[in-house]
Amino acid sequence: MTVELQATEVAAKLEAAFPGCTIESSGNTIVIKDEFALKAATFLKNAAGLDFNYLNFLTATDYQTYFEVIYDLVSLEHNHKLVLKIKLNNREKPELASVTGVWKGADFQEREIFDLFGINFTGHPNLKRIFLWEGFQGYPLRKDFKQ
Amino acid sequence: MELNNQPQPEVYSDKILDKTEGEGVEFVKQQHQIQIEDPDSWQNEESNHNFILASADALINWSRSSSVWPVNAGLACCAFEMISTASSRFDISRFGMEIFRPSPRQADLLIVNGTLTWKMAPQLKRIYEQMAEPKYVIAMGSCAISGGLFRNSYAVVPGVNKIIPVDVYIPGCPPRPEALLYGIQMLHKKIKKQRNFEKRKSA
Repeated sequence: MTVELQATEVAAKLEAAFPGCTIESSGNTIVIKDEFALKAATFLKNAAGLDFNYLNFLTATDYQTYFEVIYDLVSLEHNHKLVLKIKLNNREKPELASVTGVWKGADFQEREIFDLFGINFTGHPNLKRIFLWEGFQGYPLRKDFKQ
Repeated sequence: MELNNQPQPEVYSDKILDKTEGEGVEFVKQQHQIQIEDPDSWQNEESNHNFILASADALINWSRSSSVWPVNAGLACCAFEMISTASSRFDISRFGMEIFRPSPRQADLLIVNGTLTWKMAPQLKRIYEQMAEPKYVIAMGSCAISGGLFRNSYAVVPGVNKIIPVDVYIPGCPPRPEALLYGIQMLHKKIKKQRNFEKRKSA
């Protein structure tokens, strides 16, 4: 079975590299600030002993006052996993650095989140709609979406 | 030599063979002096017998309802029920409609089976418009009838009759093959009531 890493230990390593980046860490989940997203992703992929070289999936949640983007990370080398959450501060104009440069599989899933949540991924090579048609009004997976 | 001087048996003689051939020819010539009549010469007579009195509508509707060819189109999970209706256990060919046409231009019946999304709607409308008249539509399953479970979704058409006119509705989620066969029989009954010499209301 895949071992679930203790988030507090990984959070300590992240804090050592980028001071002040974590908001919360408990169980297998780390929540970090959005300005550290790309740095933290690159660190988790390359740091010795962590080596999260595989992105299981990428999704988002709407908490009414803010968005959270969730990364489910696995290391195929060490067979351990971790959940990384990034809290987005700006709800009116949500923006986040794309991780397609780190994990290539994030490409379509970031487009899906862009389509259904309206979160803009900066640095994405081809950020356009994937499910809905051109001209669709609103973002259907947001809590305040009304038909 | 002695053998050569012996007389040959009568059976093998040319004279006998020629004689039997000649008798045969004479026999046939005697038997066939009169011209044989064309057995189909009754077709030249005036048709005062051998016809059936029926209304043109009844004949046309009977032939149309006996060979309704469906178009080979499946949208969602209801399509599997349609496939099993077409295969040997339920056997749609009992109703003269086993030929699922891959081209809408050769088909009479569009079975809309499953959830229709707004993104798929233009394609379904095009399939319907490509079919030649007379054409019929069956809405199969609650999604096709009204949107069903997904009626309030932002992506789903609430009822396929928003896009194309529907002849028969078959409820169920999904309907069993027996239900589809019953719906098809209802369509047959509907076709048999059709009036072909009045203009059908166009969509």
